[in-house]
Amino acid sequence: MLDTMTQPTPTPAQTAPRLVLSNIRKVYPTVVANDNVNLEVAPGEIHAVLGENGAGKSTLMKIIYGVTRPSAGEMQWEGKTVTVESPAHARELGIGMVFQHFSLFETLTVVENVALALPGKPDLGELAQRIEEVSKRYGLPVDPRRHVHALSVGERQRVEIVRCLLQNPRLLIMDEPTSVLTPQAVRKLFETLRQLAAEGCSILYISHKLDEIKELCHSATVLRGGRVTGHCRPGEETPESMARLMIGKDLPVCEHGASHASDEVRLRLAGLSHATPDPFATDLRDIHLDVRAGEIVGIAGVSGNGQQELLRAISGEEPLAEKFPVQILGTEAGRMNPGQRRKLGMCFVPEERLGRGAVPTMSLADNAILTAAKSQHFVSGGFLAFSRARDFAQNCIQSFSVKCGGPPSPAKSLSGGNLQKFIMGREILQAPKLLVCAQPTWGVDVGAAAFIRQSIIDLRNRGCAVLVISEELDELFEICDRIAVIAKGRLSPVRPTAETSVEDIGVWMSGLWPGSDLAAQQSEQTGELAHAQA
Amino acid sequence: MDASLFTSMLFATVVAGTPLIIVSLGLLVNEKAGVLNLGAEGMMAMGAVAAFAVTHHSGNPWLGVLAGMGAGMAVSLIFGLLTLTLQANQVASGLALAIFGVGLSAFIGKPFESIALPAVPPIRIPFIADLPLIGEALYNQQALVYLSWAMFWAVVWFLYRSRAGLILRAVGESPASAHAIGHPVILIRYLAVLFGGAMAGIGGAFLSVFYTPMWVEGMVAGRGWIALALVVFATWRPLRVLVGAYLFGGVMITQLFIQGSGMQIDFPAQFLSSLPYWATIIVLVVISRNVNTIRLNSPMSLGKPFRAEG
Repeated sequence: MLDTMTQPTPTPAQTAPRLVLSNIRKVYPTVVANDNVNLEVAPGEIHAVLGENGAGKSTLMKIIYGVTRPSAGEMQWEGKTVTVESPAHARELGIGMVFQHFSLFETLTVVENVALALPGKPDLGELAQRIEEVSKRYGLPVDPRRHVHALSVGERQRVEIVRCLLQNPRLLIMDEPTSVLTPQAVRKLFETLRQLAAEGCSILYISHKLDEIKELCHSATVLRGGRVTGHCRPGEETPESMARLMIGKDLPVCEHGASHASDEVRLRLAGLSHATPDPFATDLRDIHLDVRAGEIVGIAGVSGNGQQELLRAISGEEPLAEKFPVQILGTEAGRMNPGQRRKLGMCFVPEERLGRGAVPTMSLADNAILTAAKSQHFVSGGFLAFSRARDFAQNCIQSFSVKCGGPPSPAKSLSGGNLQKFIMGREILQAPKLLVCAQPTWGVDVGAAAFIRQSIIDLRNRGCAVLVISEELDELFEICDRIAVIAKGRLSPVRPTAETSVEDIGVWMSGLWPGSDLAAQQSEQTGELAHAQA
Repeated sequence: MDASLFTSMLFATVVAGTPLIIVSLGLLVNEKAGVLNLGAEGMMAMGAVAAFAVTHHSGNPWLGVLAGMGAGMAVSLIFGLLTLTLQANQVASGLALAIFGVGLSAFIGKPFESIALPAVPPIRIPFIADLPLIGEALYNQQALVYLSWAMFWAVVWFLYRSRAGLILRAVGESPASAHAIGHPVILIRYLAVLFGGAMAGIGGAFLSVFYTPMWVEGMVAGRGWIALALVVFATWRPLRVLVGAYLFGGVMITQLFIQGSGMQIDFPAQFLSSLPYWATIIVLVVISRNVNTIRLNSPMSLGKPFRAEG
């Protein structure tokens, strides 16, 4: 993604390792999450832990940080064997961690959040000053007095990092830190991490983004199925060779083909505006968008910029006051509920799999009934035809190779990736005229993600209109015919994917597209400030 | 309205509001840690009967208050064991506790029925009790009334000024995050539950030893439920709890005065009796309808069990 920055990070001098893990094993009731894992990190080294979802990366980090205990194995910290009792103990030792899902408290201010993680009883005023000092020194602008719920995802991550840095860690663990950042923010983060490493801090960097690891990390340990399957020096590898280490085979490639967009508009957003009194939500402002039959339109953006609200307005979860802003297959559907909209031929895949996309405790067959009952005629004479629902669910499971115990198994028993495949299958097999999906491959491993993307492309080739809202830029560039960006509840102009670039879209993600209010406001200010507001 | 009537109504209002304040403050801290204990009614009843029994035998009302507090804590400890250690459902356990406490207190209290305790004399605060109108009403009161004011400031300070309070609020918002940064979630929740139990016990003791110094089965009369509702409708903010409790007390006393004055009015008495309940709720709903306030003050993990991983 960031191929413009290829100067390799200088390798640290060879010294005694700071952290040594030997034969770590972690067994959960149903799975072995880590098996015989060995790992060594030197002072000042940026060490990548590479692996697909479910490979055991996060579990390993939780063991180092004392969130969970290993079932067997030994950990050596700066030459001494230690048992990390708790995260507090880990922090005492000098280990800090930035979580993938932030561990911040939304109703508290930044300084209160930081105070919670520090030992003793820090004075809040003094602490606010220290936060400002650290944030200046490492280029992480953060206002200590703001409430966390009012911060963007990028800002929240900065708070997490600053919170770690205040404890002067000698090992910093970063769990998938870039999944929520714009490309520019990623670049800033890498500068910070390099600066830290140069000062002697070791960094464990967990990611499945191979180009980032190649750019940033000195060495890498690859995990697959809970075991170490290889070590490498990312600078000397290609993303393809690391992918082979990671998934054990070559990465499947999507066949995209040319777009066959017709003139028929299947989804039209005509000046969609929607305000909400919820302080944690974003207001939608005057959104215009056409999605035609036979094309895939993507909406990029940093999460929390109105994606949720837009999806709810399109799906009908939050009906609008007016009819005209949402037009589905020519019908003004603004005030319809989700069921009525589905009847028009729209299918919808929400971002949250459990709770929105599927009912966790219900079987896959029952979950199939929930959205496909009408289109697949599961109801005859007022009664449910369970056998038809079972067949349909079985069909989803087979065609999307969902690993599960068959149609009767409850949705919550599936892993995230498998459930996502089932939900995508359920919607795609209904042969929708319009498919709206959010984060279609979120949390899905590389192989399955490629499969889901290919299914979406195939659906388009059969003449369906597809709208994809995703935070993964690479994914959008891979499958979309046209692309737009949502920022602060406004939608950028829609451009053909071939005529734009990751860098342009990255700038747009801060709300700075040609003609936007923000661009006009900030034309004379520095890019960095624009960035801080993202 | 003449001056002495005003003073006596204000006096009665403060007395009626006091048990609600004490219990609500306990529940507020309890719920700010993310634990919903619906058993307030049972804890109050147990506190009331324990306080009455000990006061009757020892002749010392302060030993009675301590006993009430202890009984409330003991009952809340059962709740803690069920919901925090054994991960039982908080709503069901709380309801069971309410029924259990009320029933057990009736059983324990059987021998004490129709016994009256000597009234505990109020404590007069020199000089300010001589203030016109309000002096007699506010500063010639039971010690527990002064305690309720002190507890109010203590809870405000604790929740919003102390580190321990910050940690408690953090646990109530996101126990998983609090655990991840190394705070003992279950221990903190136990302490919060015990505090809630202690305060409910003291509230019960106030009823049976000071307010109406006798034991009658069912004498808590729904105050535990009102206290629970107060906390929710006050959107978990201490000042609003205080306002709500006195509002409830005030309307309660006013309607009693009206009913007792023999005034000729066309309302049915039942309507007047229900007035304090819905007047309090309407007022609190109106002052708390701002979504922003609710989101910022309500403990997000309220009622959700937490189990440390691994």
